[in-house]
Amino acid sequence: MSIGMQTNHSDNGVVTLLIEGDIDMSSSTVVRTHLTDLFDKNQKAIVVDLSKVSYIDSSGIATLVEGLQWSHANNTKFRLTRLTPMVKDVFEIARLLTVFEVFDSNEEALEGV
Amino acid sequence: MIVVKNLYKSFGEGDKKIVVLDDFHAQFERGKITSIIGGSGSGKSTILKLLIGAYQADAGEIIVDGEDMTKLGNDGLNEVRKKFGIMFQSGALFNSLTVEENVALPLREHTDLNDSTIRIMVKMKLEMVGLRGAEHLKPAQLSGGMIKRIALARAIALDPKIVFYDEPSAGLDPISIGVIDKLIMDLSRKMWITSIVVTHEIPSAMRISDKIIMLFKGKIIADGSPEELENSSDPRVVQFIKGDPDGPIPFSKSQVDYGEELKQMKM
Repeated sequence: MSIGMQTNHSDNGVVTLLIEGDIDMSSSTVVRTHLTDLFDKNQKAIVVDLSKVSYIDSSGIATLVEGLQWSHANNTKFRLTRLTPMVKDVFEIARLLTVFEVFDSNEEALEGV
Repeated sequence: MIVVKNLYKSFGEGDKKIVVLDDFHAQFERGKITSIIGGSGSGKSTILKLLIGAYQADAGEIIVDGEDMTKLGNDGLNEVRKKFGIMFQSGALFNSLTVEENVALPLREHTDLNDSTIRIMVKMKLEMVGLRGAEHLKPAQLSGGMIKRIALARAIALDPKIVFYDEPSAGLDPISIGVIDKLIMDLSRKMWITSIVVTHEIPSAMRISDKIIMLFKGKIIADGSPEELENSSDPRVVQFIKGDPDGPIPFSKSQVDYGEELKQMKM
């Protein structure tokens, strides 16, 4: 299954990334390349909208953890929004739901960044 | 999903032939946990080896996602096996590799993921089995229980759709058993993994299983929910579940009468 990514840059340097499709072993490298490109451009904050992701495996989660590492190293924000129930379950199994900043809506995620 | 039909397996030939699996049939459903129980020599390890393609069946079908494994050659079998995660009873870890390298091995062998992603994935799997921090240790430095948990971390490294667990909780302390049981349940119910557990541990099988199949001398003698097995009136099932030393399941595996054998020994 192919993966789609739509990036929306706001004036204040915040980027919202909408990912569409399954994030698994075959597609997580594509997501990583896209995210690395955003990291390199020194964004102020990245908000990843996962509402169109119906399945994520541990390689997908690991890719998002790299976002967390980027935000920690650069004192920036890396937030996740609109997790589908299945995706939420995978984060829970990986014990990472509380490690990330997770929001129910993009509006909430964009507050205070 | 795995559908098994009329599976037979025997070893030896002529009057030395022993039938170890006799008309085994089952459906292992997606997102469900099926435990296969039975005493030593009941055929449960044989069914596991047949399901992973380590043994060839004498007759019958093993259909994995619509494909009959018994009709596949080596290449076809290897393709099907990519869907499998296998937690071996002994752990089967590489002694020369660290824990991190052992868990990372399937990821390095079978994916194009970069090293940074793989190292995070390994840490995630180790956290799931409660052994984050043991990355640098070698198998010789681990307890038996830790080896089992690392083996589980490696079995799920590639996020398989089907996981076989060979005695996952044997030899573990009660807390570790609870951790492993919960993990098996979470993986099945939340990630829709098909779980097949071969076990002796009745309390664990009762706790985690959606369905339990009991084997005796290679035949299925019970197949149902944990409640159905608990309420079974079959004396063999009752004896096994209660762990009674006396009953229709003999402790001795010998087919020859003990007294007769002693009498016939040469002086």
